[in-house]
Amino acid sequence: MAETRFMKGNEALGEAAIRAGLQGYFGYPITPQSEVVEYLALQEPNHNYVLIQAESELAAVNMVYGAAAAGARVMTTTSSPGFSLMQEGISYIACSELPCVFANIVRGGPGLGTIQPSQSDYFQATKGGGHGDYHLIVLGPNSVQETVDHIYLAFELADKYRSPVMLLSDGAIGQMMEKVVLPDPIEYKPDKPWATTGKTPDRERNIITSLFIQAEIMEQRNLKLQEKFKKITENEVRYEEYKLDDVEYIIVSFGLCSRISKKVVDQARESGIKMGLFRPITLWPFPTKPIEELASINSVKCFISVEMNAGQMVEDVKLSVNGKKPVYFYGRTGGIVPTPDEIINHIKENLL
Amino acid sequence: MLQEMIFAGFGGQGVLSMGTLLAYAAMKEGKEVSWMPSYGPEMRGGTANCMVNISDEPISSPIVSEYDVAVVLNQPSLKKFESRVKKDGILIWESTHIKEPPTRKDITVIPLPAVEKATNDLKNVKVMNMLLLGALVKLKNTVKKESLMIALKDTLPRRHHHLIPLNEQAINLGMSLV
Amino acid sequence: MKPGYEQIYKRPETLLPKRMHYCPGCFHSTIHKIIMEIVEEWDIQDKVIGVCPVGCSVFAYDYLDIDMQEAAHGRAAAVATGIKRMLPDKIVFSYQGDGDLAAIGTAETIHACNRGENFTFIFINNGIYGMTGGQMAPTTLEGQKTTTSPYGREPATTGMPIKMSELVSQLISVAYVERVSCNTPANTRKAKRAIEKAFKIQMKGLGTTFIEVVSNCPSNWKCTPEESLEWIKEKALPYFPLGVFKEPAKEEVE
Repeated sequence: MAETRFMKGNEALGEAAIRAGLQGYFGYPITPQSEVVEYLALQEPNHNYVLIQAESELAAVNMVYGAAAAGARVMTTTSSPGFSLMQEGISYIACSELPCVFANIVRGGPGLGTIQPSQSDYFQATKGGGHGDYHLIVLGPNSVQETVDHIYLAFELADKYRSPVMLLSDGAIGQMMEKVVLPDPIEYKPDKPWATTGKTPDRERNIITSLFIQAEIMEQRNLKLQEKFKKITENEVRYEEYKLDDVEYIIVSFGLCSRISKKVVDQARESGIKMGLFRPITLWPFPTKPIEELASINSVKCFISVEMNAGQMVEDVKLSVNGKKPVYFYGRTGGIVPTPDEIINHIKENLL
Repeated sequence: MLQEMIFAGFGGQGVLSMGTLLAYAAMKEGKEVSWMPSYGPEMRGGTANCMVNISDEPISSPIVSEYDVAVVLNQPSLKKFESRVKKDGILIWESTHIKEPPTRKDITVIPLPAVEKATNDLKNVKVMNMLLLGALVKLKNTVKKESLMIALKDTLPRRHHHLIPLNEQAINLGMSLV
Repeated sequence: MKPGYEQIYKRPETLLPKRMHYCPGCFHSTIHKIIMEIVEEWDIQDKVIGVCPVGCSVFAYDYLDIDMQEAAHGRAAAVATGIKRMLPDKIVFSYQGDGDLAAIGTAETIHACNRGENFTFIFINNGIYGMTGGQMAPTTLEGQKTTTSPYGREPATTGMPIKMSELVSQLISVAYVERVSCNTPANTRKAKRAIEKAFKIQMKGLGTTFIEVVSNCPSNWKCTPEESLEWIKEKALPYFPLGVFKEPAKEEVE
């Protein structure tokens, strides 16, 4: 039943979640994300999922906690200020190892900021976000189609690793309409023997907690988490390369910015500049090794991280390049989307 | 072929739906499409616009700095977007309300009194956006008229389907004026 | 057992045979026991899921032999909502103290009640933050000394103790609200009956059930367990009167 539709990113996200077997959605309206809640509310009578418009993002994330620990396939979505509020719950979810999916349709911050698209929550998404040592698997879709594909992937990875997975999208991808092919619906059958579904005589009681008050036991829990993060880093790195043969100038960009950067690359190539694009698709785990390998190529002159923030992913690019080549940054903040022309002009004036 | 377009005017003039219809029609013809609205406070009484890209290839950036076509429905939008039309591009502007015409000589400028025509000839000012869309499609061959009709049928809520003939008249009128 | 003897009292097997970390005289152990008696007597171990708070009873799952989740401070109502909505046929309860339910988690409490979430709140009100060492709670009595109200709670700057049962019973979707205590054997039996009734109403799907237990804290009240019972009788109960604030019609429950 795959079908082609012309859809807004946020609505496509909701539809993808339904098709991926969504059982519970807990959310709170916030621009530019509200269409997800609205879409799911509209579709609710036709499906079997539960939808609650929570009293806050704080409550929403804790409903996700309870429902995920009860074994269900669950999701919440929000935008930047709401995602900050959710950090408490996400930290607990990461430590309790609960599979669930988050999407942050990022808007410009800090503070109440703006409702225009931004990538300024990169640090928050990829470095943990809440308290304690943890990571979420972070996917950075760059189109409506990829938003849909990443929702499927996110639920799959969440179950595979018993881990929260998030989409770091932005207001533009959420609001824009594109052609999208919706995959077949999944009939989801959870297999979660650890879930709190009521203690039966054939098993010990299941306890979902992030509290291990003895330091030695808490350290063991941390080591277990780190072991998992290592496994994810080894197995789940995803990225896209564009025109990197014979390349001299490599733009690194993710999400919406990568689309703009692709145009920059095309324009640069037309004027004879050997430019290419490296796009991290998983923002955590970050594609460190492929970037390191690119940095080792003699012809490569430099890297330019192009972002809709004041310079966040550039730090990961620098760590990956590891001093082998210069790494530069170009970005706009506050909800301003850089245009292909301004990026190429900046590169021509400053780096060539 | 990639066509990069912008539709701009006041909120309520139907600029977003013009873009939606065109993009949907192009998708039905098997093309790649993207539709990017301005969103947020601008929607509430201020100016609204949407960028529409249509191409045979996957679309790289849904946001561009210059356009092959700009369709502008009010003075602020003309001021904002006239300079961003590519050399040899097309600027269609609604000439009933816009008092200060565009000045560029290196682009094709098409004034269209869509408000006046819709009011006088079709007795419904609301379909003036369809006049402009008809003109655009005639000039650029972006999509077939039949595809626009399919788009109208698919995207208009059922309760508005009785307005499809009127919209078709408006598209035809727009096409005949250029 | 010797012939002629009959066992009339025992620890429920659903209450794990562990030494509890609670202070001597604390009601937590009593309340844990009556909940687990119900689970055993009704044979519903496979149907009950509990949510622990942050506070002294954060480790309740160490003692109760049922599936349990540990919630972040104040969020038990949201967590319980998530569980119950996914597993509507189970009996879900949150077990929360006054700081948890009536300070940091007030929004979650009120809104779960207002949505009529079909789980049972077991609200332990002892007027003080026990685990963190005796700070003022939203339910600390006027003039009561705590480490953060060392001269006694001053209503002019801290307000009056919040009456949660009275408050939530105003909400239309709430089915049953009763305030009980465990300060006497008779009251403990009443408390058990109240929790039984709450579970019964929950199984009928009639709406939110809310049992407030006026409790004690000899350690932080800086008194003996006996004196704490006296305090409840003399000071707490006049302000927090026991009784039913709201209940469904009898024929709806039976």
